[in-house]
Amino acid sequence: MNLHSVLRALAGAAAVVGALASAQAQAQSVAVTSIVEHPALDAVKDGVHEALASAGYTEAKGLKWQFQTAQGNTAIAAQIARKFVGDKPDVIVAIATPSAQAVVAATKSIPVVYSAVTDPVAAQLVPGMEASGTNVTGVSDALSLEKQIDLIKKVVPEAKKVGMVYNPGEANSVVVVKRLRELLPQSGMSLVEATAARTVDVGAAARSLVGKVDVIYTNTDNNVVSAYESLVKVGNSAKIPLVASDTDSVKRGAIAALGVNYHDLGVQTGKLVVRILKGEKPGAIASETSSKLELYVNTGAAARQGVTLSDALVKSAAQVIK
Amino acid sequence: MSIYSMWGALEIGLIFGLVALGVLISFRVLNFPDLTVDGSFPLGGATAAILIHHGMDPFMATGAATLAAGFAGMVTGWLNVRLKIMDLLASILMMIALYSINLRVMDAPNVPLITDPTVFTVLQPPGIEDYVARPLILLALVVVAKLLLDWFFATQVGLAMRSTGSNPRMARAQGIRTDNMVLLGMAISNALVGLGGALFAQSQGGADISMGIGTIVIGLAAVIIGESILPSRRLMLATLAVVIGAVLYRFFIALALNADFVGLKAQDLNLVTAVLVTVALVIPLAKQRLRKKRA
Repeated sequence: MNLHSVLRALAGAAAVVGALASAQAQAQSVAVTSIVEHPALDAVKDGVHEALASAGYTEAKGLKWQFQTAQGNTAIAAQIARKFVGDKPDVIVAIATPSAQAVVAATKSIPVVYSAVTDPVAAQLVPGMEASGTNVTGVSDALSLEKQIDLIKKVVPEAKKVGMVYNPGEANSVVVVKRLRELLPQSGMSLVEATAARTVDVGAAARSLVGKVDVIYTNTDNNVVSAYESLVKVGNSAKIPLVASDTDSVKRGAIAALGVNYHDLGVQTGKLVVRILKGEKPGAIASETSSKLELYVNTGAAARQGVTLSDALVKSAAQVIK
Repeated sequence: MSIYSMWGALEIGLIFGLVALGVLISFRVLNFPDLTVDGSFPLGGATAAILIHHGMDPFMATGAATLAAGFAGMVTGWLNVRLKIMDLLASILMMIALYSINLRVMDAPNVPLITDPTVFTVLQPPGIEDYVARPLILLALVVVAKLLLDWFFATQVGLAMRSTGSNPRMARAQGIRTDNMVLLGMAISNALVGLGGALFAQSQGGADISMGIGTIVIGLAAVIIGESILPSRRLMLATLAVVIGAVLYRFFIALALNADFVGLKAQDLNLVTAVLVTVALVIPLAKQRLRKKRA
């Protein structure tokens, strides 16, 4: 062994020791929970993880990361909340309304960052969207419905009746329906509702709208997003244009969607987590809404559903699917 | 497992102890397979949450929720004994009807109670942490419910109800109006479940339309776990056993949540819980076989 390789080995050892020491200095823990495994909610979780990593918080450097889902069961969500409070992590990230409520009910001291909650004020997570002064802050996935209505008008300019399929049991969807009932008449349109309490009801709900509506709009309703293909079948065969809010639905056969990118929403949430890990108080951080919306369009679906998209709309899209 | 998650398991276990007592009455005492509980549990939660939200005293709201759920159970019984709809189907009809009714009651899928007073915040003694106080309050309540049931099933009416379940023809021959017994039993059963729902909403920060999913499965699991660890034909022991079963089930979930050290992931939770419950059920059998071999 020559001197050179000895020196190199020593340098390597020093680097390892140094890394261990710095890991000790910033051994932080983040506990993440969501109500159910679902593509959008999983994207949020991955976004949080990525934001932490790009700020230098990785498992390799001593970050304690744990993730639990309640498998759709509120009693398990409550137990996960208790477990997290007992583990005393530096930050708890709670994804979707029921999980966030369970965590906020379980602790008044551990910092909580909620994500993908459409109306955090109605859910009593925070008193208002400004800095709460409590242990809670987060990112809402509420969409500006004015922009959604603009999109509907751009896709189907002559639309008078807007159909909507949603689950009456999903808080996020009911908020959207209530607001649309007020907003659509201002643009000379009206809302026709069809409810689907289970994913298997989505197709039947969509069929009930045939002949009654000029366009079907859907929000990020979990049931509808899960069963979007059954909506596409009805849209294609009855030539009813479909406008969605979940950008993935465009790949599955909707004409257009102006939506939150849930991965970006997770990254935005992760940035709040990093600020708290660096010492900021959650009560001093205002709640945020998604800063970035993306337009996806599907020209093939437009042809199948009997509309031609304007060049301007297609040009403004972040992604065009043929 | 931290102290905090153990107290949490005890708290939620005791709440489901009330559900288990209800399920014991319908499935075991009345011999009535009742799925109404998937709707009456959230009905209790919804009623309590919306009433408290509108400023009603939490005790009154909890009482009203219990009555509402009891009424729902009575309707299931009525569909069965008066309209002659098969018991299982009658309860399924009521369960799906309650989904819509609960949405009407709450006027939204979710009613939060995070900032409102609840029976737990009112009863919490000063100097005791809330996560300890809640299970203790619930323990007192479940003990009272259990003793009341034990007393009731020893009265004339209670005995009549038990005979209705075990041998309806014989009971009728003795002059017992079995139809009324089914109505009363279903009302008591679902009232207990609704009380559980009302307390669950108050301890977990709000009622949600999805809170009823799988209630019957958990209730039945509690009854069966209880029966296998404390087998007895005496109702007094059965009521104790199902409460213990409900609490144990929650401890298994808390244990499963801590199973990540063996490389299990979040989505394995239900599987781990199922395996733990299976092990608990098999232990008495294994013991028996072992004893036989020795003899």
